[in-house]
Amino acid sequence: MRATTTTEETQSGTAVLLCLASWAIPGAGHLWLGRRAKGLVFLVVLPAMFAIGLAIRGRLFPFDFSDPLVGLEALADLGIGVPYFIASAFGYGVGDVRAVTYEYGNAFLVVAGLLNLLVVIDAYDVMMGRK
Amino acid sequence: MRSHLVLLALFAFFVSLVFAVIAKDDARDQLRFGGMMFAGFLTAAIVLGWLMYPFPL
Repeated sequence: MRATTTTEETQSGTAVLLCLASWAIPGAGHLWLGRRAKGLVFLVVLPAMFAIGLAIRGRLFPFDFSDPLVGLEALADLGIGVPYFIASAFGYGVGDVRAVTYEYGNAFLVVAGLLNLLVVIDAYDVMMGRK
Repeated sequence: MRSHLVLLALFAFFVSLVFAVIAKDDARDQLRFGGMMFAGFLTAAIVLGWLMYPFPL
């Protein structure tokens, strides 16, 4: 009984670590689980999508929940993990609302974050043996 | 890069690629699923664009 509980605790701890790694570095969860091709695709595509969003003047939204959509967009932006913090630290993602590509940039940033969250869920499912 | 069509195609490509890789395991299935999704994105955007054409901003 006790051994079973310990095994379950270890597995849930590993699952948390896997999800954190998968969120922080897109594709890391799949690489961890030995799904190299999938992991490499996510590792290249998601940060590229995020970088394009920044390059075409998209904005990393502030955590301002007085306007719920801005708050939700900020959460979606954060979904990409470490690239978000790197971009913030270097002052990218200020956004230029006058740019023709501003809305496209926002779409790239938000969707890159949301897709990475989907990838985290997929890695969790793979780990649990559901896929 | 200011072309809306190019950005739209790029966006559709990335999203289709990620969805195909998540949803399917076999390379051929991924190609078919991703291709269908990409084509669907482009077709929907062009059809909606034409439908909205008569309406003023």
